Amino acid sequence: MSNTLLISLAVLGILGGILAVILYFVAQKFKVEENPLIDEAEACLPGANCGGCGFAGCRALAEACVKQAAEKGNIDGLACPGTDMGKVAAVLGLTAAAFEPKIAVVRCNGSCQNSPAKVHYEGADICAFANTLYAGEGGCSKGCLGLGDCVKKCNFDALHIDKETGLPVVDPDKCVGCGVCAKNCPRGIIEVRPRGKKDRRVYVCCSNTDKGALVIKNCSVGCIGCQKCLKECPFEAIEMRGNLAYIDPAKCKACGKCVKVCPRGSIHAINFPAPKPETPALQGAEPVVKPQPKPELVEVKTEVKPENTVTA
Amino acid sequence: MNPIKTFPRGGVHPEENKLSANQPIQDFPMPKQIIVPLGQCLGAPADCIVKKGDRVLTGQLIGTAKGFVSANVHSPATGTVAKVDVVMDHTGYYKPAVFIDREEQDEWVEGVIQTDELLTEIKLDSKQIIDRVKDCGIVGMGGATFPTHVKLMVPEGKKAEYIIINAAECEPYLTCDFRLLLEKTQEFLVGVKILMKAVNTDKGIIGIEENKMEAIELLEKTINAHRDLYKGIEVQPLKTKYPQGGEKQIIKAITGREVPSGKLPIETGCVVVNVASTYAIYEAVQKNKPLIERIVTVTGKSVKKPCNLRVRFGTPANLLIEAAGGLPENITDVINGGPMMGKSVSVTDFPCMKGTSGILLMTLDEAQDRRQTNCIRCGRCAKACPMGLQPFLLHKVAKLNDFDETEANHIMDCIECGSCEFTCPANIPLLDYIRYGKAKTGAIIRARNQK
Amino acid sequence: MNKYTISGSPHVHSTENTQKIMYRVLLALVPALLVAIYYFGWYALRLTLVSMAACMLTEWLIQKFLIKGPLTINDGSAALTGLLLAFNVPANLPIWMVIVGSVVAIGIGKMAFGGLGKNPFNPALVGRVFMLVSFPTAMTTWPKAAPIFDKGFFADAVTGPTPLGILKEAGAGSLAQAGDMQFLDMVLGNRGGAFGEVCAIALLLGAIYLIARKVIDIATPLSILLTVFIFTGICYLINPANFIAPWYHLIYGGLILGAFFMATDMVTTPMTTQGKILFGFGVGVITVVIRLWGAYPEGVSFAILIMNALTPLINKAFKPQVFGVVKPAKK
Ligand code: SF4
Ligand code: SF4
Ligand code: SF4
Ligand code: SF4
Repeated sequence: MSNTLLISLAVLGILGGILAVILYFVAQKFKVEENPLIDEAEACLPGANCGGCGFAGCRALAEACVKQAAEKGNIDGLACPGTDMGKVAAVLGLTAAAFEPKIAVVRCNGSCQNSPAKVHYEGADICAFANTLYAGEGGCSKGCLGLGDCVKKCNFDALHIDKETGLPVVDPDKCVGCGVCAKNCPRGIIEVRPRGKKDRRVYVCCSNTDKGALVIKNCSVGCIGCQKCLKECPFEAIEMRGNLAYIDPAKCKACGKCVKVCPRGSIHAINFPAPKPETPALQGAEPVVKPQPKPELVEVKTEVKPENTVTA
Repeated sequence: MNPIKTFPRGGVHPEENKLSANQPIQDFPMPKQIIVPLGQCLGAPADCIVKKGDRVLTGQLIGTAKGFVSANVHSPATGTVAKVDVVMDHTGYYKPAVFIDREEQDEWVEGVIQTDELLTEIKLDSKQIIDRVKDCGIVGMGGATFPTHVKLMVPEGKKAEYIIINAAECEPYLTCDFRLLLEKTQEFLVGVKILMKAVNTDKGIIGIEENKMEAIELLEKTINAHRDLYKGIEVQPLKTKYPQGGEKQIIKAITGREVPSGKLPIETGCVVVNVASTYAIYEAVQKNKPLIERIVTVTGKSVKKPCNLRVRFGTPANLLIEAAGGLPENITDVINGGPMMGKSVSVTDFPCMKGTSGILLMTLDEAQDRRQTNCIRCGRCAKACPMGLQPFLLHKVAKLNDFDETEANHIMDCIECGSCEFTCPANIPLLDYIRYGKAKTGAIIRARNQK
Repeated sequence: MNKYTISGSPHVHSTENTQKIMYRVLLALVPALLVAIYYFGWYALRLTLVSMAACMLTEWLIQKFLIKGPLTINDGSAALTGLLLAFNVPANLPIWMVIVGSVVAIGIGKMAFGGLGKNPFNPALVGRVFMLVSFPTAMTTWPKAAPIFDKGFFADAVTGPTPLGILKEAGAGSLAQAGDMQFLDMVLGNRGGAFGEVCAIALLLGAIYLIARKVIDIATPLSILLTVFIFTGICYLINPANFIAPWYHLIYGGLILGAFFMATDMVTTPMTTQGKILFGFGVGVITVVIRLWGAYPEGVSFAILIMNALTPLINKAFKPQVFGVVKPAKK
């Protein structure tokens, strides 16, 4: 009896030993030499894997930084929108461009009150789909559809739809300015702008480039392109994009003059001390302005190919 | 009569409701000002070639096709261009359009034969016919508005064996094609001949659902009465089942051939053309008349006088609704087209266009209640799908933005017929999600192919 | 002015909806319930009402207080689960047991997975099997059928054996001798057993209605019944002394109820016809194996539950063939 026991133990032991040796060699052979710097760089990043940097995740960005640092000696052009890349640069013994914190800005104020619903939408809760179907409940073809594609995509829980207004609201404490929401809005309503000094920002809260007459039909607070603000601005920070005023955050000094002249109350100034009474209702804590090249609109069109369509 | 055929898989049978089937086509008078949208076909809008103050004649070219899949636009009336601006179309989006202040008298452009006389002799050859179709701006008038000349240009190495005329009119409510068949039978048949000549074939098959017996009989009688003239044209009755008029379905039903996934119908040697387009081709080729009018069915259960109207493009839809007895109360759905594939409109004063086959007014009762529940996995959607897809699955993966799965499950083969959503007892907006998934998946595939 | 509705096409919908489907199934079970009341009197009625109420209440409480989601209590699915659960137990089961069963059926069988449409297993069967395992004695003590005109509405039930029970205990030979096991009685329901399953005629009546209204697909029940018939038929042919004739297998026990009303539950069974046939085959085979060689006299519930578990796989394997896609030739 004890013999059997001993033999089985011995066999098992030897087997285990052999396997361990094999495993060791296999592990050696397939070992990937990883630069420890990647781990260190990654530790400086938020780890949310939001994709805002253009890479698959934080680790991918860290790898790219290490690689570029080794090849070119800088990390220019690689940046996590929500993090000071200075830290990463420090890890790699480099310096990075000054970090400018950014925040998402919703450039539409066509709430249920300002742009009352004329029709009633019934269907999938997807802005990208509704965008192919109709202009919007309020009738504005450039305004927010309120179905929250942006909200669903935010990795930081920084957006939610306000039940009263039907518009998305950015939580300034949570938003890191990654821009994922902007990429996913089918109408390009969300823009990522610098937070501005003291968190003060001025921006045009409208995205409608149509002529004023058409805007007025649907919305009481939309920009009509009258250009009063443009003439008022002492810093030439305002330009017209179609029939829509656009404030360049790089030039805007946040003096707030334009806010007062806008006959439609389309220009919002955020975090300014004691808003003047005549300034139209400011939207809670909302972000300000800045242009990056306009976020490319993800245009979704239902493709109707001839062979894919029922006629008659 | 040939034995009734049908496509084998899926399909649904919505209430037919062909309320206006017995209403003869009436000419609808044009209003003072008409608004002609420049984008009336599936592709790019036409380039405007007139400007404010120009006097235009009826049938005069006012917009030239831009790009391959695009169609010319002609002036439907005589008058002065008031402005070239934007107009809100049925979706509520602003689209470019020409506003024309009309004169009382129609003055046609030169070269158009204005008599009603039937011209049976086809003088043009294949190439000339296709060019004429293109010049006259003819598109698929069943609703998809795909430029017809593109369809007729059979690619190198392919042969068109059959011209199939899609007279199924499987959409409930609509009767415009049916009326046209009854009232312009001979013209229509000559149109079929022209199409056969255009693609060099001697076989033309007219597929009609058997609920339009009157038209089937009339066509057969006419063909038999003029044997030599209409040689090669056959009438094929089809079962009344939606989507019998789907291009792939009608080919399968009539020839038994299946258009391969991702390929064009020409792969099966078939070219499918709609009834209204066939008639328009007759007018264009024999009379040199560009496409400036069409038959529109104005209908709905609560509509006082459902009717079929011959309407010049650019006439606002609300005038047609007036003609049908006015907007009934409690209308919740106004639809441009039929109930299965038409589009909801936000405003009723959108201008009629080449694809406006019907204006359907429905109350909540007609549209059925849409209270949603969870999917109960009953499989009815899959059973109803004529393409053999699994709509419940596509809905799920599209909702999860899993576009690899949507592609693997053939989302691109969906013909957007809506049979699945029609049958779903849980009232899930399946097609909404499928369209979304299709658009996204299509974009991904295109981006991949470009690389 | 009323607002127009904007929605994607199609703009018309069939008049079918989930609620109607559920109510139709409920309606189809009414004849069987009436027969049950006839044979088992007050007990059957009481049990049914309690079980349905308990299921609905459980669902309502969970939706209202746990999930805080929309209330779907009137879609009829909880009531159906309750009814089916009651149909599967002995009429004289203590009330509290059936309440426990209902809570398990809805709470664990359905809501834990996310509610209607998301449950992998038939909730009524989950409840039933749970009870079978927890209260084996009570769940296998079957009252004898006794028409209420003979015994009165509130009469206490006398327990007696079920045909399949006798079969298990004593073998095929004994069955023929048991005088009251007449074929006609079996079909009419005058026998022991779970009170919903006894009357084949009433169940078939309901089934025909459901098939006519296209609520259920005949593929599954047909495939189950055929499988059972052929399988037991082969056994019978090989050794008639040991096995009973296949037609007895069809009407004994819960096969009819299971095949038409539980194996056709849309949520937990395959979607395509081929899938349904395979599913039915599996249920048939497992049922027969349990009946003939297993520890329990009846195996329909287990068979259905086992096949429920395989349903996702079957669904994967049997997809409808896509139009215009040629199936790649098998290598
Ligand atoms: S709100 Fe937009 S920019 Fe801000 S964190 Fe969310 S997705 Fe990123
Ligand atoms: S901002 Fe854009 S994505 Fe967000 S809810 Fe509005 S339309 Fe949708
Ligand atoms: S999935 Fe597409 S093709 Fe199939 S029924 Fe639905 S809409 Fe029609
Ligand atoms: S028809 Fe509706 S409920 Fe039935 S499986 Fe399809 S999506 Fe689900």
